Amino acid sequence: MNIFAIVGRSFLGFLATIGNIAVFTGKAVFHTFAPPFYFRLLWRQIVSVGYYSLPVVGLTALFTGAVLARQIYIGTGRIGIESAVPTIVVFGITRELGPVIASLMVAGRVSAAMAAEIGTMRVSEQIDALQTLATNPFKYLIAPRILATALVLPVLVFIGDVIGVMGGYFMSTELLGFNSSAYLRNTIDFLEVADVISGLVKAAVFGFLIALMGCYHGYRSDGGAQGVGRATTNAVVSASILILAANYIITELLFAQ
Amino acid sequence: MSTIIPKISLRGVTKSFGDNLVLDKLDLDIMPGDSVVVIGGSGTGKSVMLKCILGLLDADAGSIKIDGVETMGMSTRDREALLRRVGMLFQGSALFDSLPVWENVTFGLLSAGTISRKDAWGIAATILAKVGLGRQVCDLRPSELSGGMQKRVGLARAIATSPEMIFFDEPTTGLDPITADTINELIVERVRDLGATTLTITHDMASVRKIADHVSMLHDGKIIWSGPVDQIDQSGNEYLEQFIHGRADGPINADPNTDKIT
Repeated sequence: MNIFAIVGRSFLGFLATIGNIAVFTGKAVFHTFAPPFYFRLLWRQIVSVGYYSLPVVGLTALFTGAVLARQIYIGTGRIGIESAVPTIVVFGITRELGPVIASLMVAGRVSAAMAAEIGTMRVSEQIDALQTLATNPFKYLIAPRILATALVLPVLVFIGDVIGVMGGYFMSTELLGFNSSAYLRNTIDFLEVADVISGLVKAAVFGFLIALMGCYHGYRSDGGAQGVGRATTNAVVSASILILAANYIITELLFAQ
Repeated sequence: MSTIIPKISLRGVTKSFGDNLVLDKLDLDIMPGDSVVVIGGSGTGKSVMLKCILGLLDADAGSIKIDGVETMGMSTRDREALLRRVGMLFQGSALFDSLPVWENVTFGLLSAGTISRKDAWGIAATILAKVGLGRQVCDLRPSELSGGMQKRVGLARAIATSPEMIFFDEPTTGLDPITADTINELIVERVRDLGATTLTITHDMASVRKIADHVSMLHDGKIIWSGPVDQIDQSGNEYLEQFIHGRADGPINADPNTDKIT
């Protein structure tokens, strides 16, 4: 087969996907802010995404904070500035690791669940049924999920930040010999509001991307059970890649000198 | 002299998926209060035709009018207003498995704001009684119901809003003969109560004989025969005769390798 034909077809397919995602995003955003609003469904999604993600986010943050403290202690020990551990831990958690790791964990749980649920609704004609009942699937299915995830993820990340810092605190005070009050003072004294806010802004964007990818791949799934499985995988992979790419872009926008 | 406008009128409706031409300049008229059944083999485009009428799929060309009003290219708002006058029973029932039965049945009424959530349970129980289901079903999930019960709940949902038009997509597929006959009976009774215009697509001849006033046969994307149900046995149409007698030999190619993929 002609190599140019293969490359050309792949490129056109890529452009078509970009176009489809752009159209889907436009419709999703429009229907998120245009009435009617389904507050009952929004609340159900807030509970599903927020409350049920707390254990996974909390545990991940706790261990990440502890490991981070240990590694920074080793690194700073080489140049004799171990006292910087509290500052670097809180800086790293609030600005980067808190939002990114929590979002990746939520992407694995929530994006997959959304793709599977909406994909199953698609292949079992439930989305068609919604339409014949004069209900817009974007308003009923997509908008509550996107809004709920974008609202809830900053809250989850904030909780994750606190638990992550505490993970570093316990590691440092229990195993690395840091003084408890000195550690907390160093943590608080060098922490700026902008550090926390930037992480929460990232979390809101990541939440939007997680729900968008879950809904997009679920909504466009076809081919029965295999198609739903493919949609679930694609949702998690694309959400994870977009989180990392968006993290770079937001960091550049917020912190480039 | 006044002319009766068809409730649903299709003219030259064409739909392709890639190179696969599914509907080929299809014409069909359904008069008010009529029960039309469209028959045809698997993959002949019956479901595609139904989805084009409902706006779930966009036809490539042609005209689809309801009450004389063109629906192709209709705005979302007008389409939603139109769909509030429609009921639909899906092949697999398509019940919302995240909702209990009572909320499935009253979904259309709740979303239109016709009833309050407080009253919905009782209204659902009343509608379910019309399809032979007791109040104890109201709080069950669709996954807890048998196939026949799901069809009944699907029918209850389809008639809940007292629609002017009801569409049935393979209403008896996957059901045993007795349950299928019960569903057919219920369809006839409830449609008679409502005075609705109905379009059914099926390849179950028992359904055809029970439900239909008029029958149309779809083959190769076109209606190749139409007439009253009592004439299907004397049609003289070799395609229709092969289909209603279920013979492998005849003009309709039963080779699965030549089936159209829709």
